[in-house]
Amino acid sequence: MNDILLGLAEAARLIVSFDPELIEITLRSLQVSVGAMVIASAIGLPFGAWLAINRFRMRRVVIALLNALMGLPPVVVGLIVYILLSRSGPFGVLGLLFTPTAMVIAQVIIITPLIASIAHQAIRELWADYHDLLISLNTTKSQRIRALLWDGRRALLTASLAGFGRAIGEVGAIMIVGGNIDHATRVLTTAIALETGKGEFALALALGFVLIALAIAVNFAMHALSRTERSGRW
Amino acid sequence: MKRSVILGAVVSVFVAGVAAAEEMKMAVTTSFANSGLADVLLPQIQADTGLEVQLLIVGTGQALRLGAAGDVDAVLVHARAAEDKFIAEGNATHRREIMYNDFVIIGPAGDPAGAGKATSADEALVAIADAKAPFVSRGDDSGTHKKELSLWASAGVEPTGDWYRAVGAGMGAALNTASGMNGYIMSDRASWLKFGNKGDLALLFAGDPVLFNQYAYMPVNPAKHAHVNNDAAMALEGWLVSDTAKALIDGYTIAGEKLFTFNATAN
Repeated sequence: MNDILLGLAEAARLIVSFDPELIEITLRSLQVSVGAMVIASAIGLPFGAWLAINRFRMRRVVIALLNALMGLPPVVVGLIVYILLSRSGPFGVLGLLFTPTAMVIAQVIIITPLIASIAHQAIRELWADYHDLLISLNTTKSQRIRALLWDGRRALLTASLAGFGRAIGEVGAIMIVGGNIDHATRVLTTAIALETGKGEFALALALGFVLIALAIAVNFAMHALSRTERSGRW
Repeated sequence: MKRSVILGAVVSVFVAGVAAAEEMKMAVTTSFANSGLADVLLPQIQADTGLEVQLLIVGTGQALRLGAAGDVDAVLVHARAAEDKFIAEGNATHRREIMYNDFVIIGPAGDPAGAGKATSADEALVAIADAKAPFVSRGDDSGTHKKELSLWASAGVEPTGDWYRAVGAGMGAALNTASGMNGYIMSDRASWLKFGNKGDLALLFAGDPVLFNQYAYMPVNPAKHAHVNNDAAMALEGWLVSDTAKALIDGYTIAGEKLFTFNATAN
């Protein structure tokens, strides 16, 4: 219990003193996870919508598979991405291993199924309402997808934020593909794992509190930018 | 506005891998990094040679895998048998001994198994096994883990049973576990001194020569992996065996205790 109080005090000290290392790893955490969220949303949201409006033979299988992939173990994703990006692997020539780009790739794989699944759920209900209208207007498939994505944007924001939440708190995959290199690939979660390993619980907890605060700040920022939950426009 | 922020985030993700100073990657063991010695050596290496050495802090098993795959330019590890195999497989050009530290046996301050009264490492381990006192093993194929297994073998004890707990984790995490269950553990001295969560644990046994722990530096073979930065790896080796390194390594202390002994020889 005392450790938690020490952690809070240490977190306050780090933030008030603008600790340069803290700022560096916090910005890198943001860079990696926001990057992963943007790319995964660009893939996952249209795919979720496409899945909602199309009827094809393997649809149930694809949806079940997508839902199952939401539970992808990050360590396994990390190991697979490591093997692919390793100098001895198929994409070794790119030299991407142990860079933030590799961390983004791993996180995109982890969170895309999550974003696509939530987007599919949200769009499916919207599609039930819009179905007759959009069909009667003789819209093309891509027009329908765009209309649904736009009108469902608030629910889709939740999908993206869920993806961000999984990415920012993830440690297993980015530890393997990033390597937790100081000043290169160290982020908040891998720093927490490192400090815990050293038995420096107060510092580890302090970083944990910063991570939680960061997640809250990003969520507020996204809601403010997209003007949700304002009176008169739900 | 929103679009430019998002674009900026995407772009910065892709340019982040590029940097100006000459960089090399070295896989090192957790004990080297957790001891704090790396924080002393790396700034001086950068000042003297202009090399920015990026450390991948992993167990010896993983460090050697990274070296064999060509994902790092050099490795600094401590597990003789595995190192010789690494060389024999052509993964490194040669092996250079740099320094040693020692392993210590840690346990509850009350020492219910009486390991502290032993006169050799073998006796201490036999005492723990006979008492069936909880013993935490790294269990992660690291240099420390291999060393521990070799000590059990030389003590003639098969470490199995409820009391022997292989946690499959790094030195710090294993020490946390030992602290939590108030059990025995073998640790390198540096990690132990630096460890912040000692709880009721105390250093019980040390000093047997079999507990010495030799660190060796191996540059990854450029004939096998053409892309490795062998020039940087050789420059780093030159620095690691220099008098500057000797002074820093021998002069590094925690709580007044010397941790590492420089023993590289000129060749």
